[in-house]
Amino acid sequence: MYDFAYHKPATVADAVKLLADPDAKAISGGHTLLPALKHRLNKPSALVDLSGIAELKGIRKVGNAIVIGALTRHVEVATSAEVKAAIPALAYMADHIGDVQVRNRGTMGGSVSNNDPAADYPAAVLGLGATIHTSSRKIAADDFFLGMFTTALEPSEILTAIEFPIPEKAGYAKMKNPASRYVMAGVFVAKTAGGVRVAVNGAGPCVFRQADMEAALAANWSVDAVAGVKQAADDLNSDIHGSAEYRAHLVTVMAKRAVAAAG
Amino acid sequence: MPQVTLTVNGQTHTAEVEGRTLLVELLREKLRLTGTHVGCDTSQCGACVVHINGESVKSCTTLAVMADGAQVTTIEGLAKPDGTLHPMQEAFREYHALQCGFCTPGMVMSAIDLVQKNPGGLTEQQIREGLEGNLCRCTGYHNIVKAIAAAAEVMHGRRSEIARAAE
Repeated sequence: MYDFAYHKPATVADAVKLLADPDAKAISGGHTLLPALKHRLNKPSALVDLSGIAELKGIRKVGNAIVIGALTRHVEVATSAEVKAAIPALAYMADHIGDVQVRNRGTMGGSVSNNDPAADYPAAVLGLGATIHTSSRKIAADDFFLGMFTTALEPSEILTAIEFPIPEKAGYAKMKNPASRYVMAGVFVAKTAGGVRVAVNGAGPCVFRQADMEAALAANWSVDAVAGVKQAADDLNSDIHGSAEYRAHLVTVMAKRAVAAAG
Repeated sequence: MPQVTLTVNGQTHTAEVEGRTLLVELLREKLRLTGTHVGCDTSQCGACVVHINGESVKSCTTLAVMADGAQVTTIEGLAKPDGTLHPMQEAFREYHALQCGFCTPGMVMSAIDLVQKNPGGLTEQQIREGLEGNLCRCTGYHNIVKAIAAAAEVMHGRRSEIARAAE
């Protein structure tokens, strides 16, 4: 990898100042960025390590929501008594990201900011209708994920926390690539105060909501209700691991499993 | 150049590194601890696993500067000074849990973290899932799983020594 300057600010304000340099990049767990840098896909002038910023850490219950700091590692979400009690589907998801070592380093803020189409967390953020807190504003999940590796974040804006409203019930199921463990198709279903939400990850270029499944589950929350809903293959990903048609088929299968998991 | 101070296997080291220096490069090339291997260099294979503050981490995907102030344990830090092997190393030997041995340091470090996090015991399925981040190209997984199950019994005090492998 190309060399870079390394900064470790102690506050969000200092990190934002350092990220004003358009060639600087933020890093937390580094499990996506470092492999990319090794391939010389990117040549940042500086890395701004957010891991020393205490205000970005921690999990807390605020009213009827669980607020998770951006630096919270997957292992911490997976083992949090608070998350397991309030949103078990989110703890389950965190416990099944990548492998143990990825979960020991990778952070929620990093995963969601990167918006890899095959990442897990974006499905929970969109599926639960979460609110993204940043260094300058709050963004609804529906307005956050704009496309492949693209979010509403401005270049020097830092994701600071994610506020997940506690759902009545929720479930997640995914088919992962057995070698890379990235999601080939995943579905997050949630019955929330604001209605039923269904988010699909891995299958398309960006996480998206599945309106037909939402309508079917709103009318009848059951595995049978989604079993007959087909996902169109148009615009889905096609690669050596699976065609768009195969992924479309998986979406219905994963939706059934997610509803079964939600109970 | 950034300076990093970290404790490796109980010894404190201070070194000047580049921003881009990986933890595994610091361990192997500056500290000459070559037991930690680089297999794939793409975060997949787990040959480079070490413990940072007690947790298993892929040292090829960690910058040396990110380990500043940390307690690092490598495969060299497991055996006692008199050469007595750690129960996990002893179990790998007894159960022939290695063929070429390249993946072994990472397997052992991941296995110790897995056993320590599961004091109540581990099923075979849990052991296999716990090794998702470690690849053995000789595909010697069966004996690795058996070794970890045997070591867990000793590490949690349910047996006093590694059971002999069945012939």
